[in-house]
Amino acid sequence: MTLNEIITLLEGEVLTPSPDLDAQIPCAFASDLISDILMCTKEPTLLLTGLTNTQVIRLSDMIDLSGIVFVRGKKPSQELIEMAEERNLLLMMTKMTMYRSSGLLYNAGLRSCKI
Amino acid sequence: MQDCAAVRSDMAEYWNIESGHEEAIMTFFDNRPVADVVLESEITEKDFVTSGRGSADVKNTLKRLGIGPEILRRVAVASYEAEINVAAHSNGGKMESSIFDDMIHLRFTDRGPGIANIEQAMVPGYSTADDLVREMGFGAGLGLPNIKKNSDALHIVSDYGKPTMVEIVIFY
Repeated sequence: MTLNEIITLLEGEVLTPSPDLDAQIPCAFASDLISDILMCTKEPTLLLTGLTNTQVIRLSDMIDLSGIVFVRGKKPSQELIEMAEERNLLLMMTKMTMYRSSGLLYNAGLRSCKI
Repeated sequence: MQDCAAVRSDMAEYWNIESGHEEAIMTFFDNRPVADVVLESEITEKDFVTSGRGSADVKNTLKRLGIGPEILRRVAVASYEAEINVAAHSNGGKMESSIFDDMIHLRFTDRGPGIANIEQAMVPGYSTADDLVREMGFGAGLGLPNIKKNSDALHIVSDYGKPTMVEIVIFY
């Protein structure tokens, strides 16, 4: 699935500059628990989360994230957005809940990441 | 997989060594060789802004040395979980990473207050994390199990009221 399709499905707002709208996103994972995210992510993954503290960016230093979607309207701090920009990491937010976002993406064919 | 907890008179000790690595691990711990590349960093109590940086440095160093992505992921996850454990549960401490030709040895030491029951701390889902730590997305009770899962050897020495030492070995 392309990033552009994901933005459309989630009515998402991209928070980082010049996203590659044609980028292919192969899979996703959704969680608010950092250990769960670390345990489950073994390939480039789009992360859906409600966590907006800067540790979520530290997390992206450890594993391979193709981007982060902040759900239920949570907006991260400017500091977090700058940390993502330094890493060329895509950030997006959506007003939808984690359940609805995950369901829409899954129904549209975005598979679950390998765990 | 060998999974045992031995109790000495003063401190509790836990060992997990993945099968097939027993001899190499015992040789390493008997000889305690010094690595050419050693990285050190401080870990500050409840500092969730900079905690994780030490583990990222270790991962980036290994990446520059040409270590493959699967090993990089295992080292990064085990190291990050241990670094966060020191920040979340202790009065602060440090991490020392010794990079050898065929393996990495990570050593985390803190200034207490120690783990009352190591075997219980190894149970997935068991956590003593406070509300602040949980709000950050930690405290799932998967830290030590996640380290065990991603390492070839895990050694813990601790006791209630004492400092904790966690050692991790991962072969490339």
